[in-house]
Amino acid sequence: MKLNESVMELKMFLLVLGLLVGTGSPDMGSSQGKCSESLVQGPQTQENRTHTTHSKKPFPVLSFGYDYVRLPFEISLWVLLASLMKLGFHLMPRLSSIVPESCLLIVVGLLVGGLIKLVGEAPPVLESNIFFLYLLPPIILDAGYFLPIRQFTENLGTILMFAVVGTLWNAFFVGGLLYGVCQLEGHRLVTVDLLSCLLFGSIISAVDPVAVLAVFEEIHINELLHILVFGESLLNDAVTVVLYHLFEEFSSVGTITVTDVLLGIVCFLVVSLGGIVVGAIYGILAAFTSRFTSHTRVIEPLFVFLYSYMAYLSAEVFHLSGIMALIACGAVMRPYVEANISHKSHTTIKYFLKMWSSVSDTLIFIFLGVSTVAGPHEWNWIFVVATLIFCLVARVLGVVGLTFVINKFRIVKLTSKDQFIIAYGGLRGAIAFSLVYLLNTDHFPKRNMFLTAIITVIFFTVFVQGMTIRPLVDLLAVKKKQETKRSINEEIHTQFLDHLLTGIEDICGHYGHHHWKDKLNRFNKKYVKKCLIAGERSKEPQLIAFYHKMEMKQAIELVESGGGSKLPSAMPSTVSMQNIQPKKPPQDRALPQLSKAREEEIRKILRTNLQRTRQRLRSYNRHTLIADPYEDGWNEILIKRKKMKELEKKISQMNNYLTVPAPPPDSPTIARARLASGEMAGKNISFSYFYPQAWGLKSATESIPSIKVDLASPQSPESVNIVDEIGMKGSQPKVSEEGGGLTMKVPSPTKPRKDQTTDEDNDKEPQQRLMRCLSDPGPAAEEEDEDEPFLH
Amino acid sequence: MGSTNSTLLKIPNVEVLMQETGFSPAHIIRLHDRFKALDKEGRGHLCPHDFGAIKELAMNPIGDRIIGAFFSPGKETVDFHTFVKILAHFRPVDKDRPKEPNSPEPINSRSNKLKFAFQLYDQDKDGKISRDELLQVLRAMLGMQVTDEQLESIADRTIQEADLDRDDAISFEEFRKSLEKINIDHKMSIRFLR
Repeated sequence: MKLNESVMELKMFLLVLGLLVGTGSPDMGSSQGKCSESLVQGPQTQENRTHTTHSKKPFPVLSFGYDYVRLPFEISLWVLLASLMKLGFHLMPRLSSIVPESCLLIVVGLLVGGLIKLVGEAPPVLESNIFFLYLLPPIILDAGYFLPIRQFTENLGTILMFAVVGTLWNAFFVGGLLYGVCQLEGHRLVTVDLLSCLLFGSIISAVDPVAVLAVFEEIHINELLHILVFGESLLNDAVTVVLYHLFEEFSSVGTITVTDVLLGIVCFLVVSLGGIVVGAIYGILAAFTSRFTSHTRVIEPLFVFLYSYMAYLSAEVFHLSGIMALIACGAVMRPYVEANISHKSHTTIKYFLKMWSSVSDTLIFIFLGVSTVAGPHEWNWIFVVATLIFCLVARVLGVVGLTFVINKFRIVKLTSKDQFIIAYGGLRGAIAFSLVYLLNTDHFPKRNMFLTAIITVIFFTVFVQGMTIRPLVDLLAVKKKQETKRSINEEIHTQFLDHLLTGIEDICGHYGHHHWKDKLNRFNKKYVKKCLIAGERSKEPQLIAFYHKMEMKQAIELVESGGGSKLPSAMPSTVSMQNIQPKKPPQDRALPQLSKAREEEIRKILRTNLQRTRQRLRSYNRHTLIADPYEDGWNEILIKRKKMKELEKKISQMNNYLTVPAPPPDSPTIARARLASGEMAGKNISFSYFYPQAWGLKSATESIPSIKVDLASPQSPESVNIVDEIGMKGSQPKVSEEGGGLTMKVPSPTKPRKDQTTDEDNDKEPQQRLMRCLSDPGPAAEEEDEDEPFLH
Repeated sequence: MGSTNSTLLKIPNVEVLMQETGFSPAHIIRLHDRFKALDKEGRGHLCPHDFGAIKELAMNPIGDRIIGAFFSPGKETVDFHTFVKILAHFRPVDKDRPKEPNSPEPINSRSNKLKFAFQLYDQDKDGKISRDELLQVLRAMLGMQVTDEQLESIADRTIQEADLDRDDAISFEEFRKSLEKINIDHKMSIRFLR
């Protein structure tokens, strides 16, 4: 029950809090602790846990040595708290549908901070270097690696306009007007000079990628708007970095000259392009490295993460834009790395990135809350309110003005609804906070006031704008993201249209978007892919890769769903059925449906046996990944399937094998009984199974060639050995192997992916048998040969 | 603007052309210049050989089809009018045009753009993209690196996905339906032709 769960959640939360505060308090001393490196500071006080007494005391059976683990323990505790909070919110769906996660997390942070303060300790503050070095990169890498390149490049001009011109406009508008207000206000604010105001303006004007991601991900807005706001938040980092350093330098010097301004512009170009170049270099290195990882698949994801992180750090060394480096690295390496790495590594990368970015994101918001309680504040009504108003006004004016200019150059224009969402989605977040935190109090005596103002703006944008954007999106009926995947039709026709438009552009003599894209693609195919993609994959056209991915995905879905009555609409099997009997009336469509249903049932039966067979898994060496035929063998399966189809065509004349009407779908028990009794063996009923999970059976009459496709190798833990479970007709149960069940034998690889399948058995299966229904599980002897290569 | 006017006057029926296609005079002139540049022998019309001289078009996998689209069946030459009319398909759609109920659909409407693309697939002009025609296109786009089996399986799947009336071919309506999610206005427009 939901109520019980929330109560349990609350209890867990309190427990963790208690632990945290309890462990924290003896250690956190009295200081504000700004300068230390650890997350939770506090000099050692009088606590000494290892007593050295002079009197004789008995041997300590149990002692307490907390200092030894203090730092990692507390870090883990914070991360645990963050994760539990995340868990908790999703257990309360009503709350999480109204309030975005980021708001709830900030509130939690406030609570925790308040609690810590109540206890009397100083709450930890979000250290800037921890934020920039550890918390920010995962989020940016996650965003950059999965950046939709196509939309990004199509809208690049718009994004750049918003990022560069928009941020500059915001910075100067806010900074300038604030200066004016400060001057007008008089007594307390007059000390704030122009440079400080401009610096403050530049910090606060940048749209924050973390906040944007956090909010926009929940509202599922259409891709165009998403990429516009998100792209802007990423690219404005360069502007922010340059302006920040510029004004910081100037504030210590005191005066600006025209040369300085020019140098500033040059600096901007250096920072942004330099960051991109650094990122691209590391990306190419990563792609190149991944070319050679076919034998050490376990550490493939590590290369991706390491190279990206190094790109970020290298860019930061030279004060280049680390964010842009990270994005460039991820975007550049992705197509090549994905062509090289295994399916499992791809999944690992995806999930690790999502996990880290999720944890980072949660921690950032919680710490924002805690820092609000902790940080030194100086509240000044006029300044704060003025800041808030100017930020909003600047954003709206900037977006409207820029859209007016941009729409002259766009084919698909931005409507006023779009403009509203773009303006409204300009959220500020933790980056601004950290940047202010880094300010030197000597140069900026009003730093605390800045801090307060920034926190207020952040809270306002995250809470008010974050909470209201979802109902507003619904109210304005903004187009939402289309959930459906691309169909092969769309893929083919899109490529066709690309070629068409390139051709037309050539005829017109116009070197437009398509022309350059085509040139880039050609260059890519000719030179780059050869270097960076291993083996034969480099020649694989994109369409083929897409098609295979689609088929693979569908096949895996089918296997995993096992028993789902809803089947994907475009089944290869129905295709083959259609092709075999093109003239048959629609009644034949019943045939594959029924066989599918039966198939699913049997699969379900076998799957339940999987639990028992799991115990028989041999211990494995954790350094060797058992080659999973699910990923590497699928290509062969697909080719085999096509061959089967052709064979079917040839045999289609033999009526007794293809046109027998299927018996009605049985319940699992009946199916089981039927199998057990081998009832089918005698009949000449056969279905054609074109799924990977069909098993080949020895036909009673060997004269008919048939195709046998088995699934998963015996070693794969997911495989279920039919032979074992049904155990009939004298086939010995394969107790020696791990995992019984459906065994897939990987047929001889016809696709030239030999380097990928070296450790699979390339046993040639010359016979092709027509697939029949399941009675005799068939010979299991062939599976034996697959044992050896896998384990070493 | 003396030179533009004089150029415009040289082109016969230029007003009709501008009305039909929606191009502005500046565009017509630009296209006329391009036409003249392609028409190296100055005959006033283009033949396939002139198109073939465009280097990048030769490298385009469907280059020959595109060239073929300019020549109406039976005709060996392309005059300026036809040239402009074909290119008018790729003008960005004018969203603000008033919709007169009796006027014919503009050449650059979404539907006409799709029809143009459809005709490029459908070489034998029977109104359907048969499996063979699809295979030809796939073979052209994918080159020699792909085996016949793979091509056929892709073609099969494509037809199976799009084919709603089960006639093993893709009609124009099915073609249009399969592309309904794609922003054709964007994908089939060349910006400078606005």
